[in-house]
Amino acid sequence: MTRISAITPRRGGVDRRQFAAGAAALGLVSRPAIAATKLKIGLILPMSGYLAEIGQDDKRGEVLAGRVLPGMGYEPFEVVVGDTESKPEIARAVAEKLVNDGCHILIGAFDSGQTIAAVQVAEQKGIPFIVHIGAAPQITESGYKWVVRNFPTIPMILDDSFLNQKALFDYTKTAPKTVVLLHTNDTYGTIIAKGTPDLVAKHNMPYKLLDAIAYDPTAKDLSLEVAKAKASGAEALITVSRVNDAMLITREMVKQRWNPMGVMTPGPGWSDRPYLQTMGKMGDDVLSLLPWFDPNKPLSKRLVEEQAKVEPDRQLHVNHVLTFEAIYIAVDALKRAGTTEPNALMKALRETHIVDNSSISPAIAFDAKGQNTGIKNACVQNKGGLLKVVIPRSAADAEPVWPMRPWDKRA
Amino acid sequence: MPATYANILISGALAGLIYGLSALGLSVIFGVVRIVNFAHGEMMVGAMFLTTLMVNALGLDPLLCLPVVAAVLFVFGYLLQRFLIERVAHLPDHMQFLLMAALATTLTAAWLMIFGPETRGVRLSYGYDSYEVGPLILDKTRVFAAAAALVVAGLLFAFFRWSATGKAIRACGDNHTGALVVGLDVRKLYALTFGIGAMCLGAAGAIMVMLIDTQPYLGPQYTLLAFVIVILGGLGSMAGAMLGGLVIGFSEALAGVLFQPSLKSAFSFALLIVILLVRPQGLLGKRA
Repeated sequence: MTRISAITPRRGGVDRRQFAAGAAALGLVSRPAIAATKLKIGLILPMSGYLAEIGQDDKRGEVLAGRVLPGMGYEPFEVVVGDTESKPEIARAVAEKLVNDGCHILIGAFDSGQTIAAVQVAEQKGIPFIVHIGAAPQITESGYKWVVRNFPTIPMILDDSFLNQKALFDYTKTAPKTVVLLHTNDTYGTIIAKGTPDLVAKHNMPYKLLDAIAYDPTAKDLSLEVAKAKASGAEALITVSRVNDAMLITREMVKQRWNPMGVMTPGPGWSDRPYLQTMGKMGDDVLSLLPWFDPNKPLSKRLVEEQAKVEPDRQLHVNHVLTFEAIYIAVDALKRAGTTEPNALMKALRETHIVDNSSISPAIAFDAKGQNTGIKNACVQNKGGLLKVVIPRSAADAEPVWPMRPWDKRA
Repeated sequence: MPATYANILISGALAGLIYGLSALGLSVIFGVVRIVNFAHGEMMVGAMFLTTLMVNALGLDPLLCLPVVAAVLFVFGYLLQRFLIERVAHLPDHMQFLLMAALATTLTAAWLMIFGPETRGVRLSYGYDSYEVGPLILDKTRVFAAAAALVVAGLLFAFFRWSATGKAIRACGDNHTGALVVGLDVRKLYALTFGIGAMCLGAAGAIMVMLIDTQPYLGPQYTLLAFVIVILGGLGSMAGAMLGGLVIGFSEALAGVLFQPSLKSAFSFALLIVILLVRPQGLLGKRA
């Protein structure tokens, strides 16, 4: 096979040394030529498949980044979206394709399994990877050199959710004496169910866990599960649900006339837009214990304004913010590195220190493992179809309603 | 506690009737056309989206939308049989299976492109109401939905039992060659049957939005559920489909009470295995 290259030495022509010398003389080599390269970001998301709803929601953060970051003095950038189809094996293939297509940084991938698959490609190829959402501890505990994560790990989320509950009980001076846990039997639900008894003890919670009821998140009918939860006699409900089952549970609670003191959830379904839109007033007062953004920070206010311009009927969500922040981290690293060369870019990523951020953390910064250890949860309450931070009070933009109002007092 | 059990069992029975109606479409189509409709769930999801659109745009009750949605699905099913399935009817079974699986994938992608990935629900004026009968609490939505399922199933039984077209369709299902010999237009009757099966799905979809919120990826689990029900009740038996639905509804309720709610599906499949071992033709099916 004959391969002809533009820099193949030819008799009587210019060889590589002569080319380099000439280029240097012209100032092409000595100036930071790579810095002039537009940053190409590969955004890996589940745009189709069972997680499509969340993947497409995450992508809204990329739209915000395109509108906001140039105004903050950052160079224009290009984002190429790769669809994982909600499957880890596709996530891996997508990551490889994005690297082959010349992406300088990868961001992704919402689901931990898909994130791990994509991160392994970044490690093999030596390309920086920013995890925008993905809570599995091993992402930053496996010694990866090319990964940073601006999202809490599952233990961080769990600890924070109990601390925020206590803060809520202290603030409202009202606490349940008993709770029941109703949870999906998927990975996330099972991890939380296993960890809850220990965390109740560790944080010296004021309540006793009466029962843990596992259910299939694809179930079409949850009347039985709610009936069992009600029959436990618990004063409050802690639940781990996706959006469809969250709606089924709410409807059943109303129909079965079960009025607990409150519904608390580490998510993810109860703060999703379809839940808020479909459930109306019956969806109010639910408390989600989730990673969130501080609505009082200047950048958050800017994002809220931009989001209102892009889609007036869609409230800014943490999914948008975390995608936005990942792109923000990438362009900030490029600005400091001055080059898209992977080692320099990764070094800059590890040295990130952004205080003008939106998420609930003093700054976006990473420890030696690449983890942002300062990122915190919030207690977010559904209010009139909107999501409002009620705890921590330092980031709050509303007063908590606790105990929640009975169903028949909402019409 | 007995009231809790009674509530759960009644709820299971009501859910079972709705499951039965959704499986009826699969059973009708297989009983006559001998096509296993792997796009069953995806077609029902289409009906659910259509109903949701009508309810949200026009403010109608899903039960009022039911005739329109059923008619749309009838036309879709009729045309599908006439212009697609009929052309592969002479091919080996596995080719037909692949065609229907491809149709299922195409429909899912179409729902995703048309309606987006977000879950869509409807708000009913009686969506949170329930009847209190002594210690029993009956979910009003589920009672309405189960009643509608019974009415649709009853109309379908009457059609097949007493109408000339219904009898002709049954004749095609019983003896294809005999139907040809006596001069029945079998191609047209097959298309009608597929249309009627799809119509059942349309009705089931319109009813289902009262209980479940719609998103593009619901299809496969409904297809699987329908298969379990018709195999349990007897493939090709209409009464078997309704009975199978009831059995699944009850078994899921009992499994949830006696074991763990997360074992409901496992219990249904265990029941299916037992039926296949003990009575492979299903509860009301005829031995081949």
